[in-house]
Amino acid sequence: MSIDNSTVKKVAKLARIKFDPKEEHNLKNELNNILEWVDKLQKVDTKNAEAMLSVSNEPMPMREDKVTSKIENEQILLNAPEKKAGFFVVPKVVE
Amino acid sequence: MEYLIEGKTGNWELVLGLEVHAQISANSKLFSGASTDWGADPNSQVELVDSGMPGALPVINKYCIDQAILTGISLDAEINKKSIFDRKNYFYPDLPQGYQISQFEFPIVGKGQLNIEVDGVKKTIGITRLHLEQDAGKSLHDQDIDNSFIDLNRSGCALMEIVSEPDMSSPQEAAEYVKKLRNILRFIGTCDGNMEKGNLRADVNVSVRKKGDELGTRCEIKNVNSIKFIQQAIEFEAKRQVDLIEKGEKIIQQTRLFDPSNFETRSMRSKEESHDYRYFPDPDLPPLVLNEEDIEKLRLKLPELPDQKKSRFIEEFRISAYDAEILVTEKYVSDFFEQIVKGRDPKIVISWLTVELFSYLKKKNISLEESKIDPKKISSLIDLIISNKISNRQAKEIFDEYLETDINADTFIEKKGLVQISNESEIEDLVEKVLKENPKMLEQYKNGKDRLFGFFVGQVMKLSNGKANPKMVNETLKRKLSP
Amino acid sequence: MTDFSKLNITSALVGLQNKDFKSVELTEYFINQINDNEKLNCFITKTFDKAIEMAKKSDEKIIKNKELGLLEGIPIGMKDLFCTKDIRTTAGSKILDSFIPFYESTVSQNLWDSGAVLLGKTNMDEFAMGSANTTSFFGNVINPLKSKNNDKDLVPGGSSGGSASSVAAGLCLSATGSDTGGSIRQPASFCGLVGLKPTYGRCSRFGMVAFASSLDQAGPISLTVEDSARMFQSMVSYDSKDSTSSKKEIENFLNYKKYDLKGKKIGVPKEYLLDGLNTEIKKAWDLGKNWFKSVGSEIVEVSLPNTESALPTYYIIAPAEASANLARYDGIRYGFRAKEKSDLTQLYEETRSQGFGKEVKRRLMIGTYVLSAGYYDAYYLKALKVRKLISDDFLKAFKKCDLILTPTTPNVAFPIGEKQTDPIEMYLNDILTVPASLAGLPAISVPACLNSDSLPIGLQVIGKPFAESSVLSAASLIEYSRGF
Repeated sequence: MSIDNSTVKKVAKLARIKFDPKEEHNLKNELNNILEWVDKLQKVDTKNAEAMLSVSNEPMPMREDKVTSKIENEQILLNAPEKKAGFFVVPKVVE
Repeated sequence: MEYLIEGKTGNWELVLGLEVHAQISANSKLFSGASTDWGADPNSQVELVDSGMPGALPVINKYCIDQAILTGISLDAEINKKSIFDRKNYFYPDLPQGYQISQFEFPIVGKGQLNIEVDGVKKTIGITRLHLEQDAGKSLHDQDIDNSFIDLNRSGCALMEIVSEPDMSSPQEAAEYVKKLRNILRFIGTCDGNMEKGNLRADVNVSVRKKGDELGTRCEIKNVNSIKFIQQAIEFEAKRQVDLIEKGEKIIQQTRLFDPSNFETRSMRSKEESHDYRYFPDPDLPPLVLNEEDIEKLRLKLPELPDQKKSRFIEEFRISAYDAEILVTEKYVSDFFEQIVKGRDPKIVISWLTVELFSYLKKKNISLEESKIDPKKISSLIDLIISNKISNRQAKEIFDEYLETDINADTFIEKKGLVQISNESEIEDLVEKVLKENPKMLEQYKNGKDRLFGFFVGQVMKLSNGKANPKMVNETLKRKLSP
Repeated sequence: MTDFSKLNITSALVGLQNKDFKSVELTEYFINQINDNEKLNCFITKTFDKAIEMAKKSDEKIIKNKELGLLEGIPIGMKDLFCTKDIRTTAGSKILDSFIPFYESTVSQNLWDSGAVLLGKTNMDEFAMGSANTTSFFGNVINPLKSKNNDKDLVPGGSSGGSASSVAAGLCLSATGSDTGGSIRQPASFCGLVGLKPTYGRCSRFGMVAFASSLDQAGPISLTVEDSARMFQSMVSYDSKDSTSSKKEIENFLNYKKYDLKGKKIGVPKEYLLDGLNTEIKKAWDLGKNWFKSVGSEIVEVSLPNTESALPTYYIIAPAEASANLARYDGIRYGFRAKEKSDLTQLYEETRSQGFGKEVKRRLMIGTYVLSAGYYDAYYLKALKVRKLISDDFLKAFKKCDLILTPTTPNVAFPIGEKQTDPIEMYLNDILTVPASLAGLPAISVPACLNSDSLPIGLQVIGKPFAESSVLSAASLIEYSRGF
């Protein structure tokens, strides 16, 4: 399957990454090469194969419903590039 | 009666499906050990997973799994022995991981149903599925002109998403569905159903069609957090769609918000592009496998559900369906009722509970549970009435004051000097006095003015400062006045 | 007077316990070595003050001879992928350039609890994506080894290039790495070191910056097999904070030699004999087979029919998981935040476009694409199914043999700047290591011999699930046979 310019733009938007036209062009070619290469998988017969969802087959470990957290507001905000009054700050979101 | 929207070109049916998000009443979050307490300082109940810190990993809360199973059982639904957690990927500031851990193809609960009743007509609403997922954080948009503020306290709290089949066809049915669902959740204790706090919210899918036609394009009204708003939103949206179609326009599938200030729905700008969520199984979590034994253990723990309780009340206590319905609206109320009805006349108990006590609570704007009134407080007052120590009317008069003291019923009525006069000879004396003091009336009564009986009763009550036992006064008067 | 340059962990522990020298002296020695070898660019963050502090504590314990840890007083490097409390952790990326975690990864905590001393956070390919340590925001790492025939700077391999280079250059006694598709084994092979990737689930991923969750594993890069066993023993633990952590019993891996290779079957997968495989590497492989024969093991040919599909499978699954794991880097709660922020979308796009390097962006694009609507079944779901086939291949093969022997890489350390034009050329470095990653199996790389340029060639031993002891034992034989 090959990607065209509009697909590159769409995928970039989904990934929230911006490319300039030159980068986009190069990327399109690189991605097409890589996808052509991974397309080899289409030849593999997987009719009777189950998707491998878990590497070890151990059961889901579960926690008790207890509050164990000791993290404080200062720690959570420690690395925040922009913060105010205990909140994270982002450009205004309009709904 | 069918609900139809009258359009210019004819009548339109409504097709409604609801996705209800119920926050599980757990102490900690779905995949982290942070607290779920309401009203904490911003970003003070946030673990690594809840803030998407590098290297953070989810570990599931067993209690939340149990609550989902219990809810599924109470909705007569299939419990899926194997379910998978998936990542639902999108970018939003209140979604710190850049994905929500949810369940896509293999939810924990499958098909079920819920019975509702609207205007006496019963209807079964299908449930498509129930799954577990993380809640997002909260954004505040009105604190600052240029910025929004993010609080992640709610991020990661456990939600059950309950999806209905598009089986509802009127705003009333939708309202009843949510009420019933909410009631069940409160009954089994999985969610407190508090819509104001946002612990229960509904996404409403609305579409219209002419009878016999195929399904119309639906619009989703997101995060409606009151039953009244749900009805209003549906009414507006249905009419909006009918108007558009009749004008010749097409309905664009979109997400909308309900604005309670003008009762309208409007399109959500930020969500206009359809989302490609790129769901895939979360590699940080193995498949969830349940065994029959565990499910059975939970089934045995399930408390009596509202419908069952209602039927039992009607049969056991010989009360009306109407009264039973009121009693099962809240589990706390039905438990309260059952505690005090033991060995007492159910009709009196119901009257005091659902009329007198409820009206007191309404005045104070609190629920029975919030009031923390001890059932014994009510039952002991009722006992005084039943044993004729005070009259119903007297009890009503002192009720509010009584509820607000710590003094027990006996002591209270004594203090108030309300002990009813139930002594036969005392009543005799009172009646004779009244009759003696009102000879003209007595004459008129004997000549046929039956209505004066009431006058005599009133006079006896007045003379006794309201303390005379009315029943006995009646009987004594009858005796004395009969020829 | 001990020649510190000749020490490994095992001999250093002897020296420390015999009071021949102190941990502080040893640490100071390595601090000097690091400073003298800045050119190699092995470290992103140096933690010299902390190192001395930790060394002093170890020295106190050693004097009292009280409850000594497995690595008491041993200075090591920590790949900058592991969150270290109050110490900058960058994952080799600009987007985490200023990130200071307030929590510690389980693996690093286990090492500190064992008495190890932290010299610094080692350089790495950005977000562990790379095979040559040429994608780090903090610059390339240089391999201390050079071809005997020219003076070119060589790559150390990746993504754990800083860890491998620092151990090979004698800047620390061992270092941690992470292996997703070969990121421990391949640099170990390129630098002449022992690199162990444990069974998936052995080492906790809590606090490890995630790249591909179903593949990432922490492991040691060290000078000897004995050192590797000791590092691994210190790192491994069941962790309830990681839902993929294995509850499998943890044995004493230091007893690995008890695993007797006599009579065991060593599988040689025919599909690993790549078309045009470098003759010297093929020779090294044959050499290895003979060593096993000489101790009474039997060489059996096995088949792993889906080997050819392993790399494409990996390059669908890993980028897909990465695309979700890296979605959290948005400049809101930590890390780099672009100055341009007229609206939220711009904030996201500018932060991520400026904060991520080229290779990371490339893989995020692939990952996003293969998960997107319409392509999920053909790519991602397909890859998950092929992964199962690859895993089953190994399980079937292990019915016929106990261990599998292969070369680690199809090449040796190459000059920096080569293989930079076509991404696929770089991806092919992992062709022999990726299958064991997909199957979650334990695998080790151990130096077998030098090629004609005097550059090390590594052999890989792959074991059954949770059979690290057998893998260490086999590696030990190779080490011994090589004349170590």
